[in-house]
Amino acid sequence: MSTQRKSMLTSGMVRSAIKDSFVKLNPLTMMKNPVMFVVEAGTFVVLLMTVFPGYFDTTDDIGFNVTVFLILLFTVLFANFAEALAEGRGKAQANTLKKTKKEVTANKVVAGGVKSVPSAELRKGDIVIVSQGEMIPGDGEVIEGIASVDESAITGESAPVIKEAGGDFSSVTGGTRVVSDTIRVRITTDPGESFIDRMIALVEGAKRQKTPNELALNTLLSSLTLIFLIVVVTLAPIAKYVNIELQVPVLIALLVCLIPTTIGGLLSAIGIAGMDRVTQFNVLAMSGKAVEAAGDINTMILDKTGTITFGNRMASEFIPVGGESEERVAEWAAVSSLKDDTPEGRSVLELMKTNSLRYDEKVAVGGEFIEFKAETRMSGMDLKDGRKVRKGAVDSVKKWVAAQGGSIPSDLDARTDGIAREGGTPLAVAIDNRILGLIYLKDTVKPGMRDRFDQLRRMGIKTIMCTGDNPLTAATIALEAGVDDFIAESKPEDKIAVIRREQAEGKLVAMTGDGTNDAPALAQADVGLAMNSGTTAAKEAANMVDLDSDPSKIIEVVAIGKQLLMTRGALTTFSIANDIAKYFAIIPAMFTLAIPEMHVLNIMGLGSPMSAILSALIFNAIIIPLLIPLAMRGVAYKPMSASRLLGRNIVVYGIGGVIVPFIGIKLIDLIVHLWV
Amino acid sequence: MGVLQIVIVLAVVFLLVKPLGTYVYHVYSNEPNRTDRIFGWLERFIYALIGLKERAGMTWKKYVLSFLLTNIVFVGLGYLLLRIQSVLPLNPNGIGNMEQTLSFNTIISFMTNTNLQHYSGESGLSYFSQMIVIMMMMFTSAATGFSVAIAFVRGLTSKGKTLGNFFEDFVKSHTRIFFPAAIGVTLILVALQVPQTFDPTLTVTTLEGATQHIAIGPVASLESIKHLGTNGGGFFGVNSAHPFENPNGLTNVIEILSMWLLPASLPYVYGRFAKNRKQGWVVFSAMMTLFIAFLVVAYASEMHGNPAINALGIDHSEGSMEGKEVRLGVAQSALFTTVTTAATTGSVDNMHDTLTPLGGMVPLAEMMLNVVFGGKGVGLVNMLMYAILGVFLCGLMVGRTPEFLGRKIEPKEMKLIAVAILMHPLIILAPTAIAFVTDLGKGAITNPGFHGISQVLYEYTSSAANNGSGFEGLADNTSFWNITTGLVMLLGRYISMIAMMAVAGSLVRKQWVPETIGTFRTDNKLFYGILIGTVLIIGALTFLPTVVLGPIAEFLTLR
Repeated sequence: MSTQRKSMLTSGMVRSAIKDSFVKLNPLTMMKNPVMFVVEAGTFVVLLMTVFPGYFDTTDDIGFNVTVFLILLFTVLFANFAEALAEGRGKAQANTLKKTKKEVTANKVVAGGVKSVPSAELRKGDIVIVSQGEMIPGDGEVIEGIASVDESAITGESAPVIKEAGGDFSSVTGGTRVVSDTIRVRITTDPGESFIDRMIALVEGAKRQKTPNELALNTLLSSLTLIFLIVVVTLAPIAKYVNIELQVPVLIALLVCLIPTTIGGLLSAIGIAGMDRVTQFNVLAMSGKAVEAAGDINTMILDKTGTITFGNRMASEFIPVGGESEERVAEWAAVSSLKDDTPEGRSVLELMKTNSLRYDEKVAVGGEFIEFKAETRMSGMDLKDGRKVRKGAVDSVKKWVAAQGGSIPSDLDARTDGIAREGGTPLAVAIDNRILGLIYLKDTVKPGMRDRFDQLRRMGIKTIMCTGDNPLTAATIALEAGVDDFIAESKPEDKIAVIRREQAEGKLVAMTGDGTNDAPALAQADVGLAMNSGTTAAKEAANMVDLDSDPSKIIEVVAIGKQLLMTRGALTTFSIANDIAKYFAIIPAMFTLAIPEMHVLNIMGLGSPMSAILSALIFNAIIIPLLIPLAMRGVAYKPMSASRLLGRNIVVYGIGGVIVPFIGIKLIDLIVHLWV
Repeated sequence: MGVLQIVIVLAVVFLLVKPLGTYVYHVYSNEPNRTDRIFGWLERFIYALIGLKERAGMTWKKYVLSFLLTNIVFVGLGYLLLRIQSVLPLNPNGIGNMEQTLSFNTIISFMTNTNLQHYSGESGLSYFSQMIVIMMMMFTSAATGFSVAIAFVRGLTSKGKTLGNFFEDFVKSHTRIFFPAAIGVTLILVALQVPQTFDPTLTVTTLEGATQHIAIGPVASLESIKHLGTNGGGFFGVNSAHPFENPNGLTNVIEILSMWLLPASLPYVYGRFAKNRKQGWVVFSAMMTLFIAFLVVAYASEMHGNPAINALGIDHSEGSMEGKEVRLGVAQSALFTTVTTAATTGSVDNMHDTLTPLGGMVPLAEMMLNVVFGGKGVGLVNMLMYAILGVFLCGLMVGRTPEFLGRKIEPKEMKLIAVAILMHPLIILAPTAIAFVTDLGKGAITNPGFHGISQVLYEYTSSAANNGSGFEGLADNTSFWNITTGLVMLLGRYISMIAMMAVAGSLVRKQWVPETIGTFRTDNKLFYGILIGTVLIIGALTFLPTVVLGPIAEFLTLR
């Protein structure tokens, strides 16, 4: 994961969040959050009573009312601040993205030539030509040519990627730069609908819709608010019957303490921060619903190649052909790989080491390294003495050798087929017009995958590996990686069939994919993670896009989804459990003056009725900013069984939620009591 | 001795929950079983009579419509009969027609299984009304509640679109549960000297030569269904404190068991339907824990006696006997009080108005929660509602969106549950507040001060929870009280029933999510704790401020 996107809190963000907290006081905005709206309404009433005491005929202490007003105001502001701060991180990211979205000039292909037009005038279907050093003017598909493209503006990854016409690497994104060669691109989106536009909207939270779970929780919080409103409103006439006059600010204080302000104030911040965590992780979730669904995943379908294994890239054996010796194949394979920085190249040198094979490094001194190119599909070295060494795709090497008049060893094809049958990839090694042998590139399970699958199992998630390999190879890899199930010789249709089968059992399924033929399955899956390097069709069908194009990240996305849900649950439980202590602070305080015996309920031994009420209110207010870091960061999540996880969280947030306010209110009271 | 009596009754309950629950499960599982041979012919006859051929499953809407319409017909019929009872047969004591608002209140009261009585049976109802109106409603309201609970459980535990056939459940509730049990209990009560006669009130001359009227009638038959159906409306005004309704300790225990066993076995029935008995035991244990806690408070408080009376130097070794029957004593009275308000029966064998403040708080609190076993079916439905709430609040903490019995809890269910949890405090606290701001309400209070708050609060809580016991002491047979409590009973019964049936209707259609190690479990000790916590924090804290002003203030100031 790149570090440049990891925006930490800056003082600028805090400043703008403070400003936004006041802007958000607008009642029309507050209406969307019923819990905090009630607090704001209460604040307003207390303000009126403070400013016009005569009109309300109140006899209360003005100083008390002013204090209550200020605490209530800060309660609302703190909640607004939490939300503004969470939004702020997204906004900062959006601003960075907007910079990349500057206007560029496009070379549009028109009848009889090329015309320069501003990128904003491009429409779906237009064809443009982009050359080295130019910015790609809009999202599109390469229809001609091959080029390497710097996508760091979007992915943060500095190494350029190859884009070519046809196949799964043909989609390009507007705002990225061509670093070599020239391509023809057919524009696929109209202005304002491009990938970057969508990305900006997403991280800005402009189009954020509440998820079903948030809606349900909001319903519950609203009804709790309504219940306590009933409790408080009816309390006054009932108390009056026994000659206890309850003052309005005291009743409002009771109401505000009882309604779930903590979670009410932090709920949207938790949601935004959860989405943000996904974005920080360089995954773009199209909706909060997708992130929540990630937490609910029961089954994960993973491609073998690229996800579980490195993908046919590790040299595991040198196979001589045409009567050559293994040592000779190894020697020249190593020479060809000396300056090769690809994983394949490095693995050849590693294999030399592990097999204690030797070669003469001096041969290569002064040689010119020939880089791998998409057209040639070979790499190697032109030595100082004129000899040329190549390794690469068998067909390409065969052509290269034939072009120099060499002959093809008779056992080459049989060996090549043998490797392919076993699920490996053969690379041919040649020097001038002789093919020496093959490098057997074998699939290797990525380190740590086994542990991750164990973790998934502990979370209750089943993993299914999909591979085009034959059942034998598939079974070997499946066993080695520790997946629960596998589908060998799978075709794209198989994936969708598996997803449907699992979904029919009520399971939620996640999968990754990049090709156009993955698109239907990505759309069918509950969580479809498309690779940014993949086709437009795949990205559009998926509900998440991984900008780093690392399919194994789906596992972390699930953990982030779970963490989001856990954070929401933990703070809800905490908020509701807090009520017990607040009751014990306020109820005796309300009635002690009229019924002195009530002091036995003052189990915290709070200084005076007034200080008890103020302390409970202050606790209620400051707990919001104190919990902002937790809401933004999310509660700690370690994969374990639901029962253990629940047991732990109940102790921390449930029982802790009961105890913490008792201590907090008492401590605040010790200070507040110095004045009242 | 007192504690031993209580322990024996509890032991009997523990022993009988499983066999009785198994029987009830077979009644409603609609799978062929042995009892079909005994009851099948009667049911087939009834089905033929009412033209119920198909007995197809009903959607929740159809189920609700069916029980509502059935209840409306009973209400109309019952109201008419009460208004013209003077000209109907079986009226040897020449009792007149019942007044309009009182008839309204009475009919609502019995149809909603509340049995709040603003009349006295011996002077307000003819034998005909007692048997045809009161007893019929005691059977039908109990059967309605039971059917709804079973339909709700089916919704939670089965797949499809339907919750069962209301008419079939309703008929079976009668033929297989309430008729046989009522006949059995009636015969036992008759054997234990409870009257069962059509003879008019006896007029006797006492030893001092004075003339005394002793009311009698078909008491035993009413007494049995009164408890079996958790109805609670007594034949006589003083209910089960009357020596003819409840002559001795043994009848007292029989009445306690009659009202308690069926609600206590329902969680087990739920466990059977859920194909996981532990689910049922978790709910049962939560209910039983709350029950025992309440019982301990009631018994300890009553045994401690009234400090003001104790201070006079009066012997209180037998506990506070004010308002209690000497033949029953404190243990039997405290147990009866705790059971009758837990099971929302509402019959009383002692006057709740004269309980010590904390002793009186126990029945009040149980009705406010309305989940400690609860009335016919309603208690289980409410407890399961709290279970869903508990799952919703804590379930997120396992990192999945909340699921209950494999079904996702989504905005639709939460909206319906929000209506149900909102309704209960609303219909208790709002009318209580109204009563205190109007002279019509305040005028009825016979005991001003904190106890007055308890009196009014108790009346509406009892109505809302469809319990029906009275704190008495409240002069409540006025239009104000008849109409307000009538409305509270109606809302208390039907709003939450309809909302919860809608929840069941929504859950039954949902795709099941398979259980994995990552699933929030609702069949273990942890969930038992969560369930109790949810009930106490969401259910109980709501009422705390008002309870503090009533019984707790009275307790603190009574010296």
